[in-house]
Amino acid sequence: MALKVLRAGILSTIQDLGRWGYQRFGVPVNGVMDEVSHRLANILVGNDEHAATLEMTLVGPGFTLNTDTLLAVCGGDFEARVNGEPLPKARPVLVRAGSALDFGPCRRGCRAYLAVAGGFEVESVLDSRSTFLRGGFGGWQGRALRRGDMLPTRHADPALYPSLHRKLREQRTPMSFPTWSATERVEVLMPGPYLLRFVRGRQWTRFPEESRELFLSSEYRIGSNSDRQAYRLMGPLLLPREPIEVISAGVTFGTIQVPPDGEPIVLMASRQTTGGYPRLGEVASVDLPLLAQLPAGARVRCQAVELAVAQTLLLEREREMARMREALAMRTST
Amino acid sequence: MTDPAPRSRSARFAFFPLGDRALVIELGARVSEALAAQARRLSERLARAQVAGVREVIPAFSSITVHYEPLRVKQAADPEDAGSAPFELLQVRLQALLEADQEDAGAAGALLEVPVCYGGDYGEDLDVLALAHEMAPSKVVELHTHPIYYVGMLGFMPGFPYLVGLDARLVTPRRATPRPQVARGSVAIGGEHTGVYPLDSPGGWHVIGRTPLGLFDPRRQPPSLLQAGDRVRFVAISPERYQQLLAT
Repeated sequence: MALKVLRAGILSTIQDLGRWGYQRFGVPVNGVMDEVSHRLANILVGNDEHAATLEMTLVGPGFTLNTDTLLAVCGGDFEARVNGEPLPKARPVLVRAGSALDFGPCRRGCRAYLAVAGGFEVESVLDSRSTFLRGGFGGWQGRALRRGDMLPTRHADPALYPSLHRKLREQRTPMSFPTWSATERVEVLMPGPYLLRFVRGRQWTRFPEESRELFLSSEYRIGSNSDRQAYRLMGPLLLPREPIEVISAGVTFGTIQVPPDGEPIVLMASRQTTGGYPRLGEVASVDLPLLAQLPAGARVRCQAVELAVAQTLLLEREREMARMREALAMRTST
Repeated sequence: MTDPAPRSRSARFAFFPLGDRALVIELGARVSEALAAQARRLSERLARAQVAGVREVIPAFSSITVHYEPLRVKQAADPEDAGSAPFELLQVRLQALLEADQEDAGAAGALLEVPVCYGGDYGEDLDVLALAHEMAPSKVVELHTHPIYYVGMLGFMPGFPYLVGLDARLVTPRRATPRPQVARGSVAIGGEHTGVYPLDSPGGWHVIGRTPLGLFDPRRQPPSLLQAGDRVRFVAISPERYQQLLAT
């Protein structure tokens, strides 16, 4: 049971919810950029949310499947076909053995998540299946997919979605899928600017007032040199007259640092574990999946919110995910 | 007054949010071996307590970072605290643990001897660095092997120790342009720190030698030879000894 890689795409890596527990040894967390899309894709194929998915970037990969495969794709809107027919998104799809699964360029957003029922069969290193590209370990051989790879999948529960199996047996089509789909919040449709809420950090008030006001009142663009490690915010530079000295300490997903060149940087999934630049604050967790889908050039505005507001938003999102998980779990037996 | 008031200040521990899923506990506003040792000791205490919702605890020079899951913190709280934000709930719990009058057995940092082959192909910047400081390369080696350093934190890359205690005469600003490739095991000086590259990597520090010791291995538990709060002494070895140790 495997996916044979015919085309690798721009950057296709195996990721899960991250390599937690080893940052004190300097090991980055890694994991998916868009947590919500990853979790939803897993839920749709009956997986645990921690199961590894394939994160594709800007231009997706092409595969042939050597076995009937139940899969789901969520996140950015990639052109996707099975034997030339459009692959529907955000729902379970049972694809017939021998079919070609082909992802093209991304039309909206920039990353999508491919989950297969049972998950990908890759070794867990330091308690995670996430690929750590710079460290060269985890995921699929510690690297992005390449043409010719045989990406193994685990055994899937054959009792999932009996109606899809029935339809596939009865029809000649290369895939079967339900008429419903899960609701996705792909906000990356509008021209922007997108609102990024953030919680002010330890050093916020050490920035001079004019820097703080400039940051809050300006529009920034996502820099073209943004990647899984960090997003650069291009716009007015924040250059305090006197350098702000800080002692290096832990950082997190969404930390907004300002290096000496004055260009704010948002740390993302593959960030290092610590940082020594002054920080403005941290992007609210509920806004990180959106940020992860913003391509270079997208416009953003940053708005400060209280910590309690950010945590309430996060708890609401988790309740929403739980409701969706429950509703979708019932459908797996249909 | 340039700093914001911390969300809470006890005698020694100031809590700050690091976004909505992490927090920072500051132990002090300077770099010292005592603070690093305290960060190590207290972070191990917090980790051992296995507080519901806490994902991991990370000591650095003078602070402790705690990553947590707000939903799990909330679920584990008493019903009477239902109105409190997860940050507040966790802070109360961690504060109590930090202030508890208890012995932390076995949390003292270890002392590791790190063999280093200095100069030549093993430390391509040794001569330049010696020249910059107007001393003989052998003097650089002497000054570098003399102190007992402590690990302020691990960061930059897996297993990379920021070592504190560099002789002031060796303090050297980082290279203006980082090298695209620094070999695994390289011992280097960057600013007032010295450190060891556990993996091949780009790097902006001045490489003065190389150790045959493997500082990081993801297949090992723990994966890193060093932890924050450990102490290190460098010992000069010959190229022959380097090759010998590498083979073992």
